Amino acid sequence: MSEQESIRVLIPTPLRRFTGGEGRVTANGATVGELLAALDQRYPGLQAQICDEDGRIRRFVNVFVNGRNVRDEEGEETPLHAGDEVGVMPAMAGGRSAVRR
Amino acid sequence: MTGADPRDRSIGGDPPFVLPQGMREEIVAHARRDAPRECCGVIGGRGGRVGTLYPLTNLDQGTDFYRIDDAELFAVYREIDEGGGEIVAIYHSHPVSPAWPSPTDVRLAAWPDAHYLICSLAGPDRPDLRAFRIVDDQIREVALAD
Repeated sequence: MSEQESIRVLIPTPLRRFTGGEGRVTANGATVGELLAALDQRYPGLQAQICDEDGRIRRFVNVFVNGRNVRDEEGEETPLHAGDEVGVMPAMAGGRSAVRR
Repeated sequence: MTGADPRDRSIGGDPPFVLPQGMREEIVAHARRDAPRECCGVIGGRGGRVGTLYPLTNLDQGTDFYRIDDAELFAVYREIDEGGGEIVAIYHSHPVSPAWPSPTDVRLAAWPDAHYLICSLAGPDRPDLRAFRIVDDQIREVALAD
């Protein structure tokens, strides 16, 4: 990535401890996975909050590109373009029962 | 935990969470409307003070689990964030169990800065609404104030 960092990333409150309190950062990546890896270079530990050991987005975390959940697109392989907005959002879930899918 | 009114009990540590009566009534009404399923939603605000309540969709069709519709949540989060606010509380109901975080609630609590509100309808004539912080798998009850 030689061009200017051109993808806006929304960092939710629970993950701002990794970004020095920043709620909006910019980065680059040709795919969601690349973007998250690039962010982790700058904010170590952030990627592990979002992805498991195999690099898959965790079940109780969502990543949105321009408002679309990448689970409904190509997951970590979802392509990114200059001007895109990526949002990371830990799920809000719970209940009386054991976790179900 | 025997006080009839949570406001009468002294709960250690955290400052009381100010939740106006009208918002409590909205949460109880939402819980009753969605029973026997669990209801859920969030409250946006600033500096820990409540602003706007957003009833949201529970994606789970069962009666003992909730997952806030992720797309709705993201849209609401963006709206609150763009207004300079934050999510100050996350609420859900326990239609038949007490107003206390379940092991699943604790395990999935990913928002340590927010208050978790639980509305129990176990006593249908006397709904019980309580507030908690859930940080590092530890539950702390927080007093509610008007």
